Amino acid sequence: MEHFISLFVRAVFIENMALAFFLGMCTFIAISKKVETAIGLGVAVVVVQTITIPANYLIYAYLLRDGALAWAGMPEVDLSFLGLLSYIGVIAAIVQILEMLLDKYVPSLYNALGVFLPLITVNCAIMAGSLFMVERDYNFGESVVYGLGSGFSWALAIALLAGIREKLKYSDVPEGLQGLGITFITIGLMSLGFMSFSGVQL
Amino acid sequence: MSKHTAKEVLLNPIFANNPIGLQILGICSALAVTSNLNTAIVMSIALTLVTGFSNLFIAMIRTQIPASIRMIVQMVIIASLVIVVDQILKAYAFSLAKQLSVFVGLIITNCIVMGRAEAFAMQNPPWISFLDGIGNGLGYSVMLITLGVVRELFGAGKLFGIEILHLVKDGGWYVPNGMLLLPPSAFFLIGLIIWGLRTWRVEQKEEPAFRMAHQVIEKEAY
Repeated sequence: MEHFISLFVRAVFIENMALAFFLGMCTFIAISKKVETAIGLGVAVVVVQTITIPANYLIYAYLLRDGALAWAGMPEVDLSFLGLLSYIGVIAAIVQILEMLLDKYVPSLYNALGVFLPLITVNCAIMAGSLFMVERDYNFGESVVYGLGSGFSWALAIALLAGIREKLKYSDVPEGLQGLGITFITIGLMSLGFMSFSGVQL
Repeated sequence: MSKHTAKEVLLNPIFANNPIGLQILGICSALAVTSNLNTAIVMSIALTLVTGFSNLFIAMIRTQIPASIRMIVQMVIIASLVIVVDQILKAYAFSLAKQLSVFVGLIITNCIVMGRAEAFAMQNPPWISFLDGIGNGLGYSVMLITLGVVRELFGAGKLFGIEILHLVKDGGWYVPNGMLLLPPSAFFLIGLIIWGLRTWRVEQKEEPAFRMAHQVIEKEAY
């Protein structure tokens, strides 16, 4: 249990998807003008991340890994080069399924997330979660916790940025730095702040 | 939309319509791989090739792709190209591939590739789309290489791992600025580059969402 908690904390604070690895930056910058929409997108990312990482783990462990096909009588087959293609396929499919399910059973949540769900397919944080899971050799339990943690880290970061950007309205930013420029510098400062967590040993 | 000259398509994205500076595409990898020049250049080459060829192939079959599943088709083409790049890197430059870790795979979700496929290659013939892909790749590369040079030169005093500025700890004069090797510096640098770019090309400025009132005297404000 302790192992899982420390994995979660590490995923949220020390290895923050957005502020330590800069993943999902395009959406991070584009959809962070308002706190409300930012939180909506953040929740969607948490949900998708928690489902896709374990799903990709199962595919990796039972179909793609070197020797993974032993149960099918083909122990010498190594399909790991197909990884990238299958992960993105799984992500696209799960996002699509989730969209249809939510539309049918939880229309209120669907309306809240509606616009953001399709965007998530091309959010690199999701894809990177799966790739990190493979690279770090997580097992099934760890991949569930890592999915939850990394999704939450991204959601936290985008909510914080949106809060800051709402306040930035009141400040007199030099021309030319308006908009995109100052956003980058803000993220830089936030990321510097998050680096103070990196000294934490777990 | 119909008349694109080859030169315009190839050169416009470099400064006038830079994918990172103006279109806000493909920022993720721009930040993570630029702490030294080597990885920045490899990443630029990989992305330029993938964007170029994915545009080429998508433009070739653009009339056959049904609109409802075009995303999946584009995704499959891009993912296959990235797998080729990934395998080549692993075969011929294994240590570099290790350094780039997941970022080669992330070319798939790099918005530049997908964005250009959707915005340009779906409407234009193959050759010009190929040039558009290469052009946007070059725009990305210019930004990446600039960042790589600044970060490695001033952060470690080296370029390609060869010492340029003589470091203090080896009896030289240059005190390296370690912060430039840390991730946040990439944000500051991009922010500053965008500032510079927009001062030079005034038409790229954004309209401020809220403007401060001019010189309000303190008494009037209350």
